[in-house]
Amino acid sequence: MRLASAALMAIAAALLASCATPQRDYRPDAVAMMMRDFHAMGIAGMDRLNEDSVQAACNQHQDNPPQGVADKLQKEQSAAIKWPADGRLLGDWKSGERIAQDGRGMTWSDKGGVGGSCYNCHQIGPRESSFGTVGPSLYQFAKLRGYGADIQRYAYGKIYNAKAYNLCSQMPRMGHAGALTEQQMKDLTALLMDPASPVNQ
Amino acid sequence: MKRALVLGSLAVAWAAAAQTPDPTAAEFDKFREIMEQDNPAELFEVKGEELWRARRGPKNAALEQCDLGLGPGVVKGAYAQMPRYFADADRVMDAEARIVHCMMTLQGFTYAELAKQPFSSPTRTPEPVSLVTYVAAQSRGMKISAPQDHPKERATYETGNAIFHYRAGAFDFSCASCHGADDKRIRTQPLPNFTKPEQAIRAVQGWPGYRMTGGVMHSLQWRMNDCFRQQRFPEPGYASETVSALLTYLTVNANGQVYRGPGIKR
Repeated sequence: MRLASAALMAIAAALLASCATPQRDYRPDAVAMMMRDFHAMGIAGMDRLNEDSVQAACNQHQDNPPQGVADKLQKEQSAAIKWPADGRLLGDWKSGERIAQDGRGMTWSDKGGVGGSCYNCHQIGPRESSFGTVGPSLYQFAKLRGYGADIQRYAYGKIYNAKAYNLCSQMPRMGHAGALTEQQMKDLTALLMDPASPVNQ
Repeated sequence: MKRALVLGSLAVAWAAAAQTPDPTAAEFDKFREIMEQDNPAELFEVKGEELWRARRGPKNAALEQCDLGLGPGVVKGAYAQMPRYFADADRVMDAEARIVHCMMTLQGFTYAELAKQPFSSPTRTPEPVSLVTYVAAQSRGMKISAPQDHPKERATYETGNAIFHYRAGAFDFSCASCHGADDKRIRTQPLPNFTKPEQAIRAVQGWPGYRMTGGVMHSLQWRMNDCFRQQRFPEPGYASETVSALLTYLTVNANGQVYRGPGIKR
């Protein structure tokens, strides 16, 4: 009995505490503060602090938006993917390996020349032991998933815009953001998809 | 002479470590332990203490009357209890922002001159960096206890939390993109999850730190600046409220753990 009333008291206290400090959204305060405090530097303009529709939905819902919201935005992102006009998705895997290794690009200290930064977050080729683990391993990408046209399309599309597949993915939208060229994305797709690529050995 | 010896032994040890084929975090931690017994950060601590006591600036004043939150001139334990709210500035300030404030109000320096080149290079260590190293050293061995008593301290924590999770920019990154999950790495660099108290200490521990890459002394103002650079954001103002808010979020998350003083960083 005493235990039960103590528990009730604790619950009441917790309820009171949560009433006393209502949860409010501090994002507008955060954005206003950043808009005041930041300045453009090099290629990084103040426009980078603005959310686009995908960033806004992910920020608002802690990276877990309602299904309806996610579906609609994913469709929009998917529709905006520019597929290569020549219909060919595979470039040169050797060049792809160099692009995957290159972690430069898009910071205020970069002049131009953007790499894929792929190894920062993914295991890819078997020879590179210095790889990150923010994203899944891509080693034996096509060997495990198949070499078909649909998987090729998935690989290219995912590099172009990961948010077309998983709205709040942590992966940058390399094509959508204008970071990589079509040829660079083809070369990266070849790194993952070419049967001769070390990735698939 | 002592300095030459310290830097010489550092170079030898670093060269030995650089030859290690695939250095792991554990190996670096061992290396750091050895190095911290004769940490070059101490040179900047001494320099900072000289600067703290010297009469300088257009007003020819010392910083000894600077109120770091525990009363004018009280340095001991102050760093472990910042960021905190300061009524005279009506904002929450981290240690370096507060030192900058004191250099402006007590000594008459302008923000523009202090913010012009606020970060260390191999040939120049800005005065606030040495000063914050001195102040930090006076909290060595103390429990981190950034206050959350004033309403603005609590609001600043929440704003810092929102900044930490705010995704934007060319790569859709927030701080949490790299520091919001357990057991992740960029290349071989482990990424602490700063949303968890037991890992948030790693945002505080070792700062200000002597950074082996480039051989320079850096403070948390620099660390936050470089994170925003890698986040592909524009640049935050030096000693700005945004940086203080982010440091409030990180430090309060680390409250209760022991600060070991200025350290060594990769």
